Amino acid sequence: MKSSAMREMMALTERPEVISLAGGLPDTSTFPAEEFAAVMADVSRDSARALQYGPTEGMALTTRCIAEVMAAEGTKVDPSEVIVTTGGQQVIDLVCKTLIDPGDVIVAEAPTYPGAIPTFSAYQASVEQIEMDSDGMPIDALEETLDRLAAEGRRPKFIYTIPNFQNPGGVTMSLARRRRLVEVARERELLVLEDNPYGLLRYEGEPLPTLYSLDSLAAGREGASDLVIYLGTFSKILSPGLRLGWAVAPRPVLEKLNLGKQGADLCSSPVTQMFVAAYFAHGGSAQSSWLRYVERLRDLYRTRRDAMFSALEEQFGEHAEWTRPEGGLFIWATLDERIDTTDLLALATKQGVAFVPGRAAYMDGRSGSSSMRLNFAGVSEEDIREGIRRIGRTIRTQLDLLGSLSGRPPEQRRPAAEQPPSADRPMADVVALPPRAKPGSGRRSADR
Amino acid sequence: MSGPRRVAVLKGGRSLERAVSLRSGAQIQAGLERLGYEVHGLDAGTSLVPELLELKPDAAFVALHGRDGEDGTIQSLLEALEIPYTGSGPSSCARCTEKVLAKQLMLEAGIPTAPFLPLRETSIRDLGAGAALGAIEADLGFPLVVKPAKGGSAFGVKFASDGHELPEAMVGAFSYDGTILLERHIRGRDLAVSVLDGEPNHALPVVEAVPREEEFFDYESRYEIGMTTFVCPAELPAETTTRAQQLAVEVYDLLGCHGFARVDLMLEDGTGELWVLEANVVPGMTETSLLPQAANAAGLSFDELLERMLASAFDRRQGSAGHTK
Repeated sequence: MKSSAMREMMALTERPEVISLAGGLPDTSTFPAEEFAAVMADVSRDSARALQYGPTEGMALTTRCIAEVMAAEGTKVDPSEVIVTTGGQQVIDLVCKTLIDPGDVIVAEAPTYPGAIPTFSAYQASVEQIEMDSDGMPIDALEETLDRLAAEGRRPKFIYTIPNFQNPGGVTMSLARRRRLVEVARERELLVLEDNPYGLLRYEGEPLPTLYSLDSLAAGREGASDLVIYLGTFSKILSPGLRLGWAVAPRPVLEKLNLGKQGADLCSSPVTQMFVAAYFAHGGSAQSSWLRYVERLRDLYRTRRDAMFSALEEQFGEHAEWTRPEGGLFIWATLDERIDTTDLLALATKQGVAFVPGRAAYMDGRSGSSSMRLNFAGVSEEDIREGIRRIGRTIRTQLDLLGSLSGRPPEQRRPAAEQPPSADRPMADVVALPPRAKPGSGRRSADR
Repeated sequence: MSGPRRVAVLKGGRSLERAVSLRSGAQIQAGLERLGYEVHGLDAGTSLVPELLELKPDAAFVALHGRDGEDGTIQSLLEALEIPYTGSGPSSCARCTEKVLAKQLMLEAGIPTAPFLPLRETSIRDLGAGAALGAIEADLGFPLVVKPAKGGSAFGVKFASDGHELPEAMVGAFSYDGTILLERHIRGRDLAVSVLDGEPNHALPVVEAVPREEEFFDYESRYEIGMTTFVCPAELPAETTTRAQQLAVEVYDLLGCHGFARVDLMLEDGTGELWVLEANVVPGMTETSLLPQAANAAGLSFDELLERMLASAFDRRQGSAGHTK
């Protein structure tokens, strides 16, 4: 584990005076307290059941809601193929527990979900990270990696991907790549773990089909994928405090996950499962109240995302590049390659602001050192503006210092006059890390 | 029973080493409880002093690393509150924590410490000190270690193997402190000598830390079990062991330490020279820490070590610089 120094530092960011853009938090303050009370009152009408153990695979009344959520994203699923878990995180853990022996290979995106890194490490997986561009994981690069692994006699146990508004990259896998990924998985008979916590939190653009639905289409059996393990969660569309997520998986995998879950915690909380069921039943017929709440979250987060975009434009300006997520919770910003964002965080926490240093998204704990993940969903617009202003100030402090020490002006990530990156502009060098040094601008340039 | 019974273990705090401190504190608390003390763990936050005033402990066991705990802040407060505390006093803490001051004192006393130059961020901003870098590089030579003047646990410690890596390394180190040191890198073996009052010659057996994979004994390997192999007593020629222990005690006396301290040294490859890096007045007490290992090699159990450390709270001589008369 290479990230302990960072963990220590992150512990300091939890102080109340620190504006934290580091969390993965949704905004739970928007959930009406009266509605919470009403839903809990419904749950209490069947208190004996709520207070009892439940089935390991989850309660049928909850899996029905899960099927409804997935249908809202255009994915048909048989509720009996669902396993309810204690947060989406448990799916990652159970899949590793089920499939990974020490040394086994997982292919993941670069950067990848920082919360998956400790899990992969704990199971001693060997993780191959594929650098993304603005369309997510390039499948040709994936195939090259798979070929290389095959030549070494190694076969990945699964491919881990977050196709929508990737955490931390903020990019979305294009439809063409989704199709190709499913083809590649089928050709090579490889499992794919599709982590989709934010799919419904889309603020612009057209929704794309899930890998699960594409694979079941290819299998010719709607609602039953051969190779995709789908991971969903109520954390971002309702509440992380419920600790409820789920997996939909091919039958043999599902059975193993079930066995693993029995050993881990027997079942997820019936209280919160019944909360979900009661909540989904609320609001009557016309439009489900849960979808109305998601719609409200979308409006809120879209505004906050846009506030962060303009704050970044103003404060980071030509000193950084950042992704333009169409949804989700995170923006990934990349600075001058000579700035180490882990060090920058030490300075930033003194200024009362925090972010996740890019290294946290890499297994080697070294790559991504000039990048940072910024959460725009869990903080007010005012805090976003102030937080980005403070980070901008620390960046300028460091760049000024670098300038005085190296006798050359700060490297410009992009010309000041250029328009901000638009959604369709190739952003390979925004996401791909570490940023490739351009001739004449790199640290080891010819002027030495 | 007579003697101190109620002990406050001060831990946590706001420093970057908070997590390590909490682990040290937990080990100390468990040990003191085994010894029959009434133990109160206090996380050093905004209510620390009111809590101390209410608790009225017979002694405070300082397990705070880094800022506040090692720079003399807490020690001054405890003196004001008239609560006896473990380890070194405020002035000694200040001398040890300020690496520039500590190294200058060592040089003046003829104790070998790696050639270095301190630099303040303000001198670069306000005096154009960046222009002196070339001369500094020529003087010290590469590779250089760049480190914040305060703080332990290798936070912000960087390597620069040439002039082009230096600005980046310096900016990194300046993130942790307004003053940094550029120090000539001594390639060799990492040694630590813990000094404990009451030991014959005051020095415990030498510990060698052998990093497993990192090229540098960094934060991770220092605190993660299994990242580093410790050898204690270090396998060294007898005269090297003696010299390392002598140097440690000299530094301990020079900086006015009290009770216990850990002195880190490098044994240079090739020359066999010993170089003192720094002295730590609040050594780590986690399961992988060096002081407990050294004590163990000297036949002292963890709990016996704690008793000795706690005793240091009660034999402080006012105005005395060190343990020697």
